[in-house]
Amino acid sequence: MSDYTEETFEKVQAALVDALGVDDDEVTPEATLVGDLGAESIDFLDIVLKLEKSFEIQIPREELSPEDILTNSQYVQDGAVTTEGMDELKRRMPWASLEEFEKNPRVQDFGNLLTVGDLCKYVTTKV
Amino acid sequence: MRWLWVDQFTEFVSGRHAAGVKNISLAEEAVDEYCTGYPMLPPTLIIEGMAQLGGILVAEHFCWDKRVVLAKIGKAVFHDPPRAGDQLRYRVDLDSSGDGGATVTATSHWEGKLQAEVELMFAFLEGDRYPEQSLFQPGDLESMMRIMRMFDVAVDGVGQPLSIPFEKL
Repeated sequence: MSDYTEETFEKVQAALVDALGVDDDEVTPEATLVGDLGAESIDFLDIVLKLEKSFEIQIPREELSPEDILTNSQYVQDGAVTTEGMDELKRRMPWASLEEFEKNPRVQDFGNLLTVGDLCKYVTTKV
Repeated sequence: MRWLWVDQFTEFVSGRHAAGVKNISLAEEAVDEYCTGYPMLPPTLIIEGMAQLGGILVAEHFCWDKRVVLAKIGKAVFHDPPRAGDQLRYRVDLDSSGDGGATVTATSHWEGKLQAEVELMFAFLEGDRYPEQSLFQPGDLESMMRIMRMFDVAVDGVGQPLSIPFEKL
């Protein structure tokens, strides 16, 4: 059973098609926002505004973009997220698939972590 | 040269929409020189005019406390090239707003016909990433809105005239 409904996926898909100028069939649950769909930093604001309107929710910036964790020396050493930092990320983002990232948690790779499916799971926790 | 690409506000309802007119003159260098032999207002300057309406709509919605910049053009469709002598009527509606910015949809009409449709996103410059200084020289924003007669038509959500927040402009 999926962690989100088909309706949720379709609304997220519509937001991403609109914000990123991609085709419907490119927006699959496994697609990463940055690597596969080409999202740039300014697009995330656009995506957030579209999701907030579509789902009538509020999305605090730190929930989708935990920059405060990734730039905190308490949680990052030598460019990699520490065990403590991973615990904090998991607590902050329980809806995200962090298993692969955790194998080699380089901060520079975090930006390409989020998938469409993660986004669907996230908004499901908000509605 | 003043970088003003709306001649006059005709409507302004706080947090909802703004409207204005742009008269296209052959005396404008951009109109005369953009396309040799076919004087027209460049589409980019139509977007600029819409962004000026929209930027003020967003800034006022956030009580003039945010430094609002045009960050993204989501869509821009132009149906007809507007020529010297035409008057464009712009309308900008606030679609959504949040911690980091806002989106608007804008239209341009000429003689009742849809001339352009544009979606714009504005972002707020945050103090921790950009130096804390105003985007305008003191008094310039107020002057710009007075010239465009914004406060002649601006009302709040219940139709009461907006006061001019001199201390923030």
